[in-house]
Amino acid sequence: MKFTRRNTMLMAFGTAAAAMLPARAMASVEEIIATFTGGAAVGDAGLTLTAPEIAENGNTVPIEVSAPGAVSIMVLATGNPTPGAATFNFGPLAGSQAASTRIRLAKTQDVMAIAKMADGSFVQVTQEVKVTIGGCGG
Amino acid sequence: MADNVKPKVRVPKTATAGEAFVIKTLISHPMESGQRKDGDGNLIPRSIINRFTCDFEGENVIDMTMEPAISTNPYVEFEAMVQASGTMTFTWYDDDGSVYTETKDIEVS
Repeated sequence: MKFTRRNTMLMAFGTAAAAMLPARAMASVEEIIATFTGGAAVGDAGLTLTAPEIAENGNTVPIEVSAPGAVSIMVLATGNPTPGAATFNFGPLAGSQAASTRIRLAKTQDVMAIAKMADGSFVQVTQEVKVTIGGCGG
Repeated sequence: MADNVKPKVRVPKTATAGEAFVIKTLISHPMESGQRKDGDGNLIPRSIINRFTCDFEGENVIDMTMEPAISTNPYVEFEAMVQASGTMTFTWYDDDGSVYTETKDIEVS
C-alpha cells in the first residue's frame, strides 16, 4: 500500500478517534449516574453486588444485586461501548430487593451498581471483573 | 423480527402467604447489541428486549429495563411475596414492538 498524504491523514484521524473513545465512554458513565441520582451524594453501605472475579466468557457474566430497602438498582458495565446494563425497579410485591441476571462485558472492567433507597438516598458499589474473552463481538 | 422467541418461567405451584419465593425467568432471544458487524463489515442493527415486567393481579413485582449489555437469552431471577392465590403475568417488550407474555397461577396457603 502506498502512503499518500490523504491516507496518512485518514489514519491519523482514525487513531485520534480511537484514542478519544475511552474518554467518551467514561463521560457517559458519569452522565448516566448523574441522570439516575440527580446529582445527589452517593454513599457506599447497604448494597451488595455479587460478580465473579474472573469471567472466562464475557458473553454471559452472572451478576447479582441486593439492597434491602431499595426502590431501584441500576447496573453499569463501565468499560462497555454502552455502559448501561440494566435497571431493576422493585414493586410493592417484590419479596426482596434483590435480583440476578447475566450481562455482557467487552473487556476487563469495573462493574458498578447504584441503588436508590426508599428514603431518596443513593448507595453505590463497584467490583472489578477480569474478562478472558470479551463479549461484544467485533 | 426475532424468531423463535420462547419465554420460560419457573414459579413454585404453592407458596405461603407473606413468605418470599424465588421466580426464575428465561426468554430465548438473540439480544443483538448493535455493536457487532457482519461478514462485510456492516453493523448489525440493534434488536433487543428492552423491558421486562412481572405483575401479580395488577400489582407490580419487578420492572426491569434492559440494555444491550444483557446477554443472549436474558435470564432474570428475583423474589416475590404475595398474600393470596392468583395469576402472575410476565411481559417482555421487544425493540421491534413485539410483546411476549407468559402467565403462571400460584396457590397461596
